[in-house]
Amino acid sequence: MTPQRKNPIIALFASVQLALFLLFLLAATSIIGTLIPQNNIQAFYIEKYGPKTADFLHVLDITDMYNSWWFLALLAVFSMNLIVCSLERIPQVIRTIRRDGLAVRPEQLEKLPLQKVMTLNTAPEEAAQRVSSFLRGHGWKAREVEKEGYRLFFAEKGAWTRFGVYVVHCSILVILAGAVVGSSTVANKILHNPLFAFKGSVLIPETDHTDHIVAVQSNKRIDLGFTVRCDTFTIDFYPNGMPKTYRSGVTIIDGGKPVLATDIEVNRPLTYKGITFYQSSYQPYQDYIVTLKKQGGTAEQTAVIAPARQEDWREAGISYGIINRESQGEVTRRLKIWFTDNQGEASTFWVNINQEAVVERPSGTYLFQARQLYATGLQVAKDPGVWLVYSGCLLMLVGLFIAFFLSHRKIYALVQPQEDGSRILFAGDTNKNKVGFSDKFSELINKLET
Amino acid sequence: MDSSQLFGITMIAYLFAAAFYLGLFIFKTPKIGLIGMLLALAGVIVQTAAISLRWYESYRMGVGHAPLTNMYESLVFFAWCTTLFYLFMEYRFKARVIGAFVMPCAAVAMAYASFSSRIDSQISPLIPALQSNWLIAHVVTCFIGYGAFAVAGGLGLMYLIKLAAANKKSTDASLTDALPELKVIDDLTHKTIVFGFMWLSAGIITGAIWANEAWGTYWSWDPKETWSIITWFMYASTLHARFTRGWRGRRIAWLAIIGFLAVFFTYFGVNFLLSGLHSYGSS
Repeated sequence: MTPQRKNPIIALFASVQLALFLLFLLAATSIIGTLIPQNNIQAFYIEKYGPKTADFLHVLDITDMYNSWWFLALLAVFSMNLIVCSLERIPQVIRTIRRDGLAVRPEQLEKLPLQKVMTLNTAPEEAAQRVSSFLRGHGWKAREVEKEGYRLFFAEKGAWTRFGVYVVHCSILVILAGAVVGSSTVANKILHNPLFAFKGSVLIPETDHTDHIVAVQSNKRIDLGFTVRCDTFTIDFYPNGMPKTYRSGVTIIDGGKPVLATDIEVNRPLTYKGITFYQSSYQPYQDYIVTLKKQGGTAEQTAVIAPARQEDWREAGISYGIINRESQGEVTRRLKIWFTDNQGEASTFWVNINQEAVVERPSGTYLFQARQLYATGLQVAKDPGVWLVYSGCLLMLVGLFIAFFLSHRKIYALVQPQEDGSRILFAGDTNKNKVGFSDKFSELINKLET
Repeated sequence: MDSSQLFGITMIAYLFAAAFYLGLFIFKTPKIGLIGMLLALAGVIVQTAAISLRWYESYRMGVGHAPLTNMYESLVFFAWCTTLFYLFMEYRFKARVIGAFVMPCAAVAMAYASFSSRIDSQISPLIPALQSNWLIAHVVTCFIGYGAFAVAGGLGLMYLIKLAAANKKSTDASLTDALPELKVIDDLTHKTIVFGFMWLSAGIITGAIWANEAWGTYWSWDPKETWSIITWFMYASTLHARFTRGWRGRRIAWLAIIGFLAVFFTYFGVNFLLSGLHSYGSS
């Protein structure tokens, strides 16, 4: 180590005490946001906690604490700590790895935790030959040095695994970097390009389309650069009435042409040009999509109509309208229809939603079907940082595995001449899993003995 | 024979296993311990069959899905993971008496799942949010972690009891003679935490990827997510304290217990006390 005094700030950031303190602080402050509901309007907090406390919460950004300046600052200090701490320790690790095992003095071997002495009644040269080929034969590529009065063999495995913990540190930084790249705040305020990364939502009524969405936080309009049309929205139910599938049939229209027609379901988002659409909600409207056909003909009309309004199908000379409804909450079960072809008295009848009604009229038989108009609620996100986050996650798992389950193992063999042959001292050491390596070590040496 | 009967048998086997392991702890008769182990082993085999059968039953009902989707199923799976992990440890490290500190945990989980009025044991179909291939990966990784942390918490408790008895040096000390050496318990606690930490990390990661597929956000600071990261921070601190500050023994034992309390809150407390996106597990 260099004797010169270190900058106290660097020393602080390099310290594990700071890391422990920050981990504790992150854990402790994170609890606050799980106890106090986040991202509600101010009136909610005033009602729940009283005006004074609500003010206090507002000043400290506790109502949106995970995006507050102080929590982000805490994460920034944590990242600095990770960087400085790792940068300071990595050179030490490199020195440890580069240390030449053959430079070790024979006395030092006596201090290693694993030891085994063997005597062979052969000349040292022959014994050395045997040790060397034995180690090689068991996957330990030993280097050797000949010094005055002894020969030393040294082999090691997994020296690189000493970097495992720094792989984990690095992975956390990669994940945080991914979060910064994908942050809509960064895209807005630093890059001045809201299109770079955003989270938004959009509500599209069936048969309608949109070319923009609304950003979640800023409520700003974001242009997609293409158009999304909602063709259908359907909910399937299980026999017990639980929802089974929420499905939006959508068409992407780009450059005036439909380029893609597909379904979006929960857990099955649609990605187009880097923008991903997720099924997130729906809204039943008090309007109805009516499909009307004349039996035996090809003519057909589809229209979106509101209740208590007359709708005309001019080509067929038909007029109709909704004169009554039966609903459960916002979901309509059946409709009462007024229907005429202007010949004789008008028909009125009830029709269940999604079922076909047959209407006999002097001018012919008509098939009438109505379904409720729904709007699909889609989450829309563009996150260019997500691949970084995923890579960081993968790196973390790999790093944790290396750091916890792989170790740096060393084996030494010291061959010295003895009165009627040679003495071999085997010594070993590892930085982790001492018990496991101790077993392996004994097993290996026993093989040579037999 | 249906799966609920098999789960009943499992519960009884675990209760008796816990009782016998406690008997081993108190009376130090190896035979009692052996019976405890055999009961736990029988329980875990029956439970494996029960879980498979429940899975099959859900397909027969036409709502086929892995039995990992509500509080009942998760408690059962937690008991299964904990017992399996414990039996593996007993086999590997030859420390049978640890069962006295772990099996009650599995038995209580099974009993609570069976008897609590707020837990519904019906097989119900999957709501759209849960229809994902990530379901199994996410739940399994999390619960292997939870199982390991439960064992680590039991080991921590065991360490403190043994330590207290050793300090008192009274006649009570003989009660704790059957427990492994303090050094051994300490080492096992550490190894168990390391193992659990790896799986907890994987559980959080699979959860994040799933959330991104379902909602377009890999992290939304929902109470469940937040508590899982709090737990992760706690165990990360514990590991750093040990690796770099040399913490051993009593302190690590306490951290193992506190860590498990955090796990417990992440698992239960969040569902019952806090509201959020992750509410499937609460009934």
